[in-house]
Amino acid sequence: MKMSKFFAWLAIAVGVTYFFVPLLGTFEFSLRMRRGEYSLDAYGSVFSDIQFQQTFGFSILMALFTIAFGMLLVVPTAYWVRLRLPQMRPFVEFVTLMPLVIPAIVIVFGYLRLYNSSSYIPFTGSVLGTNILLVMSYITLSLPYMYRSVDTAMRTIDVRTLTEAAEILGAKWPTILFKCIFPNVMSGVLSGAFITFAIVIGEFTMAALLNRPAFGPYLQLVGANKAYEPSALAIIAFAITWLSMGLIQLVSRFGKLTQSRP
Amino acid sequence: MPFLALANIKKSFGQTQVVHDFNMSIEKGEFISFLGPSGCGKTTVLRMIAGFEPPSAGTIHIDGKDQTRLKPNQRNIGMVFQAYALFPNMTVFDNVAFGLKVAGQPKAEIEKRVKEMLKLIHLEHLADRYPYQMSGGQQQRVALARALAPKPQVLLLDEPLSALDAKIRVSLREEIRMIQRQLGITTVFVTHDQEEALSISDRIVVMNAGRADQIGSPSDIYNRPATRFVASFVGTLNIIEATVIDPANGSVMIGDQSVTLRESIADKSGGEKLSLALRPEAGSLAESAKGDTALTGKVVSANFLGSVVRTRINVGGNIISFDMFNSPDLVMPAPDEIVTLRFSAGDLLIIRD
Amino acid sequence: MSTASPLIDRRTIIDWLGIAPFMIFALMFLIVPTLYLVTGAFFTPDGKLTLQNIADLFTPTIMSAYWISIKVSLASSIGGALIGFALAWAIVLGGLPSWIRNGLLTFSGVASNFAGVPLAFAFIATLGRTGLVTVFLRDWFGFNLYSTGFNLLSFFGLTITYMFFQIPLMVLILTPALDGLKKEWREASEILGASTWQYWRMVGLPILWPSLLGTSLLLFANAFGAIATAYALTGASLNIVPILLYAQIRGDVLHNPNLGYALALGMIVITGLSNILYIWLRMRAERWQK
Repeated sequence: MKMSKFFAWLAIAVGVTYFFVPLLGTFEFSLRMRRGEYSLDAYGSVFSDIQFQQTFGFSILMALFTIAFGMLLVVPTAYWVRLRLPQMRPFVEFVTLMPLVIPAIVIVFGYLRLYNSSSYIPFTGSVLGTNILLVMSYITLSLPYMYRSVDTAMRTIDVRTLTEAAEILGAKWPTILFKCIFPNVMSGVLSGAFITFAIVIGEFTMAALLNRPAFGPYLQLVGANKAYEPSALAIIAFAITWLSMGLIQLVSRFGKLTQSRP
Repeated sequence: MPFLALANIKKSFGQTQVVHDFNMSIEKGEFISFLGPSGCGKTTVLRMIAGFEPPSAGTIHIDGKDQTRLKPNQRNIGMVFQAYALFPNMTVFDNVAFGLKVAGQPKAEIEKRVKEMLKLIHLEHLADRYPYQMSGGQQQRVALARALAPKPQVLLLDEPLSALDAKIRVSLREEIRMIQRQLGITTVFVTHDQEEALSISDRIVVMNAGRADQIGSPSDIYNRPATRFVASFVGTLNIIEATVIDPANGSVMIGDQSVTLRESIADKSGGEKLSLALRPEAGSLAESAKGDTALTGKVVSANFLGSVVRTRINVGGNIISFDMFNSPDLVMPAPDEIVTLRFSAGDLLIIRD
Repeated sequence: MSTASPLIDRRTIIDWLGIAPFMIFALMFLIVPTLYLVTGAFFTPDGKLTLQNIADLFTPTIMSAYWISIKVSLASSIGGALIGFALAWAIVLGGLPSWIRNGLLTFSGVASNFAGVPLAFAFIATLGRTGLVTVFLRDWFGFNLYSTGFNLLSFFGLTITYMFFQIPLMVLILTPALDGLKKEWREASEILGASTWQYWRMVGLPILWPSLLGTSLLLFANAFGAIATAYALTGASLNIVPILLYAQIRGDVLHNPNLGYALALGMIVITGLSNILYIWLRMRAERWQK
């Protein structure tokens, strides 16, 4: 008993050291821009960089499109599979998990060959088309997370009974989907949305290879050319991730509250 | 020297003391039940015998040897848990063999002993099944075989039946008792079900708030409850409040009716309050019924429960439940009807606590 | 009544139409692009069937890229699995105060998603040539980390960086699995005479095996396909498969587009194999589950 407690503390101590030293190091480094004293100059330099504002804005926009269209794809599909095509569940789940197995760089490589400007569907032939392709690639990347969180939320509310109740009351299916199902799986939708946001905001591979002015490639560019700003950016990125995860916890707690209400 | 002796056992978790000065001597081959409501400390005592919890004070001896500071794996005790606790990654055979394997017994002997155990519980044909493929009753029998396989000195049963269906519960408890008799193994059984404890035990310990209220044979416990708690927890005894009139001849008042007790109350004084117990199956409403004592009251309700009809009668503010056996020509008493319950004065027990 | 069977057909069609958008999406943006590369690996640029691209993978540069990638992925997933297991064990069974458990789980949720370029920055600021730890060791202990042959831009540096998201992922998946180990199993084995070690060997680890193994293989695939961290950390200086493929997509450094397809095919085969291995081992380990 005493021994196991000692080892438990030891494991935690090793873990805390491993996780906090890099964060501390990064933070310390980000304050070193002014010679001889700590300052927030690196942050000031980052925030005043016009390219930072543009790429960050672009990535937020892409993230919002990804969440909106991703959910429009995922929620009805998860609903339909639960309600009408339970025999297809293993297959659909398998497909949603594929992006965890096929590396992103392989997927985007396929896009570039399949949808280039001389193909039948020349997505990459125009800026708009490339942006659409980028959003689609982000939906693909976040598919495992979005599907899972929505499907879990649907399991807890028993969509079948809810749907039958709505049908008996005479509701049409768009009403059922948007008025009954969406609000009840909102906690799952929001969790999926925040994790998608965290993934998309700093994503590098897709944006770099599709040549879009996103935040990820910008980060890489800054890293190759500047000294202190990358650390400031790393701290900012960590804060964004922390915020997204914090919101997920908040949402899931809120979701539990509303569900336990009689 | 008793086989299993618990002396002055105390147990506290932080500030709260859950077991107060518990003493118990168990003879070899005895079947003892710890009976009480949840939180009475019965499981804690069992877990101290097993060695999962160290007692805050007191000693535990088995067969003359001090076990108080030994770890569970040094005690040679068998235990069956409420939730089966079979290892899900092992077949029935491997589960039963587990204790023998960790003791490093030779393969041939393990196989022989496991087969013997499976035969004992009539599950030889399921040796290759995994726990999830079996019913609760079957799993609990395997758990029993697993506990018995290493030939433990003492068998501990921690509410082993409470997760099962009513029918299985009855048949399995009979099977447990039969196997226990056959092997002559000293057994401690923890339960909150009085019927279970009454039907299976040599002796029962009724526990209340960390103390043993009464230790005795099932019929003692049922017929001669020592405290109000035992009376109310075991069976469905009626507790009747009475006032002493004359300690010398034993007369008391129940509401405005006078009754003479057979038991002596010479140590009481006039006007003192007294609690009496009356079993619901004592007495009769029939005019012709035998009995030297009668109480008259108003019927509150009468419920048909299958084999019996339970009537609740208000006698001077005391609600007395009364059971009579069902028969086709039984007339159920109507609410508000005035009835007279006749019984023997010997059925009225004095509760001293 | 006579219209019954066409009605059923219509309903079936509607049922299938319900997941048509998803199917079209999956085909267009996941399945067809992947298959395109896979088939492309077996053709010459002018459309003739060939195995030459596959054969060309077995040149020293490409082989060493695969080898380093596999080594980094293996090391970071095994290291992540071991340390992650130790941490999950500590918070579930180590008898620590509950705020440590909550804190670690929240942090793991964040850290498992903290990857890519910023993660590389963090490790450069820590273990780079002017990083906090490097400077600290030099100034206080007179110890020059880089004179020992350590280099953040190497196999070891990349492994230690990847573990930053590998460990938390393991913690997140293993904690519920460890919670699922019932206290009674531990007690039953104890009272039957088993030591702590015997309990873990015969009961605890066999029960955890599927999740432990599954997560390790997920971590492997995770590290194998990762590019952003490595690219930001090392530029193009470290020869791993994703970076080689990145360079190939960017500028056809292999001077054969179809060899690029073969390179991608190799990645899919390796992550695919690790998943098949996982499914096979899981089925073996789960004979006792429903």
